[in-house]
Amino acid sequence: MGLESEIPVLTTTVEKMVQWARRSSIWPVTFGLACCAIEMMAMSCSRYDIARFGAEVFRGSPRQSDLMIVAGRLSRKMAPALRRIYDQMPEPKWVISMGACASIGGVFDNYALVQGVDQVVPVDVFVPGCPPRPESLIYGIVQLQRKIAQQKLA
Amino acid sequence: MPHDALFASLAAAIPGVQFESAPSVDLHATAFIDRNEVPLVARALRDRPELAFDVLAEVTAADFWPREPRFELVYLLVSIGHRRRLRLKVRLYGNDAHVATVTGIWPGANWLEREVWDLFGIAFDGHPDPRRLLMPEDWEGYPLRKDYPVQIRKEAQVGEPLQVSAEEFRANVLKDRLTRQP
Repeated sequence: MGLESEIPVLTTTVEKMVQWARRSSIWPVTFGLACCAIEMMAMSCSRYDIARFGAEVFRGSPRQSDLMIVAGRLSRKMAPALRRIYDQMPEPKWVISMGACASIGGVFDNYALVQGVDQVVPVDVFVPGCPPRPESLIYGIVQLQRKIAQQKLA
Repeated sequence: MPHDALFASLAAAIPGVQFESAPSVDLHATAFIDRNEVPLVARALRDRPELAFDVLAEVTAADFWPREPRFELVYLLVSIGHRRRLRLKVRLYGNDAHVATVTGIWPGANWLEREVWDLFGIAFDGHPDPRRLLMPEDWEGYPLRKDYPVQIRKEAQVGEPLQVSAEEFRANVLKDRLTRQP
């Protein structure tokens, strides 16, 4: 972007404009699976305030969402439902795998849980922790913003 | 009421049934009965006014594999009026693990027996809805059995996305509008 000295106009490219718009308004779908969801809620509330990064609007419908935060352990019975919600989200869409259980199964190394949600949906950012503190999840969202800022349009 | 008196009243109320008292770590009376006597005993326990076990609090099981009989099916009963509890147990062999349902006596047994069927593979004859309760319906095996592999390694099943044609979609929208009209 360049600021012309004579006239009050910013010049940019369509690609940069779209990248800026996408990364500045990441709307997550309201979707919590376990205790990580408590930290996710804390992140969206006033103490940690994810609104500072433009991602505070948790949408009740996957049709209006850009981001799915898989917050908690995913059971095998829940996997089809998670995949269905992901399929209902319009492109472009991103996924954050939050916490040890969502990422690799965590302490639940057994038959009932999916050992890593990357078996079910493509994951953009893994956030470690058990559960991750809200700061960690905010860091994950900032990493996702950096990733979005580098995505080419074509 | 001491356990001996409870067992005496049980034997008097339900003649011909062998109640084998067993030690328990808590204060509740525990008795083993034979598998074939479950419906008879259950009905008498609920209907006799001096017993009146009107609540079936829990049906669960324990697996003692490789011992045979490997299963112990456990019924936890509560009598609200008499403020008394009773734990009934039934021994079951692994190759013959089925017992008559008590859904007709305590309707709350429906989901409890489904859970035991789901996790232990103990069948309940005459159950009105013998489906799994917790695991996916196409699940193989019974996870709480001692010989079940805990750490199975297989891919997660997500199913196929639902494909709807344009005509079906329009028909669904129309149907939705019609049902919303007052």
